[in-house]
Amino acid sequence: MPAHRASAPERRSPGRSHVSRRRFLGYLVAAPTLVVAAEVGRQAVFDSTPVANAAAIPSPPLPGEVYDLLDVIRDAARPTANLIRIEVERDGTVSFALPRSDNGQGIITSTQMIIAEEMNLDPDQVVVTLADARPELVFNQLTGGSSTTFSTYTPIRVAAALAQGRLLDAAAAELGQDKSVLTSRTGLITGMNGEELPFGELTELAASPVDEAVDVALKPREEFSVIGTPRTKSDARAMVTGKKKFLTDMQVPDALPTVICRGPNLNSAPQGVNNIDEVRTMPGVTDVEQVRTGVAVRAVTYGQAVDAVNALDVDWDGGTVEGENDESVLEKVRAGELPLAVPQTPGTTVEGDFVFYFRSNSALETNCAIADVRDGSAEIWGPSKSPIAAQADIAQDLGLPQNAVTVHVTEGGGSFGRRLFYDALPEAAEASRAMGKPVKLMWTRADDSRQGRVHPMATCRVRAQVTGESVSSFEIRHTSVASELNPGLSEAITAAANKAPLGNLTIAQSIYITTQTNPYNVGVATSLLNEVDMRFNTCSMRNIYSPDTATARELMIDKVAAELGKDPYEFRSEFVKLDRFKKVVDRAAQEADWGRTMPEGMAQGIAIHQEYKGIACAVVELDCRPETVNREIRSARTGPRVTKVTYVVDVGLVINPRGLEAQMMGGINDGIAMTLTSGLHLEDGHFVEASWDNYFYTRQWNTPPEMNIVLIEDSEAPEPGGAGEFGVAATCGAVACAYARATGTVPEYFPILHKEPLPFEPYPTVPPIPPSPTNGLEMAR
Amino acid sequence: MSTHTFKVNGETVTVDVEDDVRMLWVLRDVLGITGPKYGCGINVCKACTSHVNGKAFNPCSVPVGAISESDEITTIEGLADGEELHPMQQAWIDNDVAQCGYCQPGQIMAAVALVKRCEAEGREIDDEALDEIRNICRCGTYNRIREAIKAGAGAM
Repeated sequence: MPAHRASAPERRSPGRSHVSRRRFLGYLVAAPTLVVAAEVGRQAVFDSTPVANAAAIPSPPLPGEVYDLLDVIRDAARPTANLIRIEVERDGTVSFALPRSDNGQGIITSTQMIIAEEMNLDPDQVVVTLADARPELVFNQLTGGSSTTFSTYTPIRVAAALAQGRLLDAAAAELGQDKSVLTSRTGLITGMNGEELPFGELTELAASPVDEAVDVALKPREEFSVIGTPRTKSDARAMVTGKKKFLTDMQVPDALPTVICRGPNLNSAPQGVNNIDEVRTMPGVTDVEQVRTGVAVRAVTYGQAVDAVNALDVDWDGGTVEGENDESVLEKVRAGELPLAVPQTPGTTVEGDFVFYFRSNSALETNCAIADVRDGSAEIWGPSKSPIAAQADIAQDLGLPQNAVTVHVTEGGGSFGRRLFYDALPEAAEASRAMGKPVKLMWTRADDSRQGRVHPMATCRVRAQVTGESVSSFEIRHTSVASELNPGLSEAITAAANKAPLGNLTIAQSIYITTQTNPYNVGVATSLLNEVDMRFNTCSMRNIYSPDTATARELMIDKVAAELGKDPYEFRSEFVKLDRFKKVVDRAAQEADWGRTMPEGMAQGIAIHQEYKGIACAVVELDCRPETVNREIRSARTGPRVTKVTYVVDVGLVINPRGLEAQMMGGINDGIAMTLTSGLHLEDGHFVEASWDNYFYTRQWNTPPEMNIVLIEDSEAPEPGGAGEFGVAATCGAVACAYARATGTVPEYFPILHKEPLPFEPYPTVPPIPPSPTNGLEMAR
Repeated sequence: MSTHTFKVNGETVTVDVEDDVRMLWVLRDVLGITGPKYGCGINVCKACTSHVNGKAFNPCSVPVGAISESDEITTIEGLADGEELHPMQQAWIDNDVAQCGYCQPGQIMAAVALVKRCEAEGREIDDEALDEIRNICRCGTYNRIREAIKAGAGAM
């Protein structure tokens, strides 16, 4: 299909004078019932003439402020976006297979809302499923970078608007009435005399015998009645009744529980098994086979597979980071640090140097996949955010053509970056082939924590020059253990990288540059990345670089403000680049009662972050008093407690405020963990943490009892921005700043409690899985 | 292998499985009751929280051999009264708590037990009581969980 957009004369709509009814091309697809498709051309919808805020030394925009990661992903998706299809079924429902992965972020519900809006349906009448891997979609089946709604919003609307128009045309012809007298509501088209025609009866009449391009106008924003209204997730009832099926809940015939015995060090590879035949005879065990990453055991129950895994006697190599620990890795990162520039102007130099230790992005549902590999074909199920890349990898492993491998995308139990990769899918395929049987492979918690992907260790150095009443330069140097980027993402980025106004860069640098911004007028602002490859299994973790760079930047902004004799809030309000940002900062300060008196040992902290077409400001209150810090809870990290969070966010157009608020809430709890409690410790070539009683993600005793999330619902930005990761970075910055203000000490490494004594005895690495206790009945309460 | 008989969600069942297999796998892999989830296998994450004789317990830490014929187990699937949801489930929907939903069956079962325990002990469902909940939610829905428990407790 032609990749162009019909341009139409702009006309002013009455309510919002700056919004024009732009027209798009949709496509009718030849089919017995109504099937429509859509693509979009480039839209320059983001106003590039920002309204300046302060009289401080203006900073030219960093590349990420004009062309950010969302643009990269959307542009990469453009050539195939026309394959987004909506179908009107004979039973009157409207169906759409979303080429994305839902791991709880609520995109199924928001997609139902977008379609319902254009077709005047109730969102429940729209059936949204997750599409299987479709290699023809190339770049357009990647869920990452908070990009889903931003990339799919317009194409889905175009297809839905076209479908609504065709159904109205069909009804007009059927009733012999003019289209303008008809109304369409909840799947019924009503004529001037009250005649009612349901979509299901019209779909064949509305169908097209040939593929055809059609000019489409979208519903104007002032007529929206679904978009922007709070809506509960469509699967809420299934989730609270236990009916929602995750991967390991699925029943695929003969796909028995399978667990892999993994080595003592990170990425240890098996060198041979000494008792394989003995283990094969253990209760419930059906198969034991060596695979690349360990020794796979298939059994009637997972419990029996785990027992067999722990009984295996395996020889291992030393893994990929043998003998390394936190400090030896930090030394290597330090060796890769790029120099900071020498300030060119007189004044005071303010500097900071921060270390960020490894963190785990493990979700509650561990890595998992079902595989049924037969002669000449393979069928795979998994909660993958990049199923096309998984399909290609598996096909290559099995020596099959890509189209002989089917990859079904299942709904995942959390992602946080982890499911950009698909580590369990090729493993399951390998085990299934070796055993000649279907397998349901699940990583144990210890596997997921010790061998799973991590957010890389990094340092972030900042140097700012304060000259007179302003800031003349602000330099950021981020140095990190290399971030592995998923092949699906890499493909998309590589293809788009040269189109971005930044020249030829590595993929990681492209992402760094398109995500990093400096929201302040601080003179010459630079932000550079260098990476040190150390063969860790790395990955983004609800954001790639921003939580760390924001923490460093915001701590330094507080120092700069102090140097200028300004309050942290006043400095931010005065020095942010845009009026849109200033509104958010001022609102947050007002909502949070910034500057209120607090007891000694408690303080407020404020931080902002700009990314994904949005701006966020967090104000937290942190309790660092000894009676709070030293409170004792069994097998837990307590420490300083965030008692209140105020989070004001402008992400542009809000589709579902209830869902957006949920995403912010999750991001806030992630930010609290990343800043205070949740770090991985590398010791002698392996990560120490093996479960949730070792790795301290936020728990009820850490979460703020008070949380006030404020969504800017009349944003001047015309389209939805990104939400999935947007709660994290500003929270990290605000918690760090509050800690510095409450204790008088600026933290130099994160998580802040990383070097406190471990409140647990580490689990052994051999056998690899901590055995299940047997005293559960005594603990019933 | 040996035979074990007990009640699950109001129905008497008999399974043929080794004594030391933990109840989580008996429920999930043998009986196909998949509401209780695996999140750690060592009674830490609480994703498998269910009830035994009305008290919260974690089936990952109970061998099937320790369950007797008179024991009544309730999983999330057995909490509602037919189509009529338990007030806690309804509160979860009203507050749109769940994101991915993986931990939520365990959260709801833990919440119901907490409310009953507080009531028996004459305690309020206040911040202190809510801080006692050990169930992990990696999506970070804690704040809506707190709201939902207060609402659900009022309706129980």
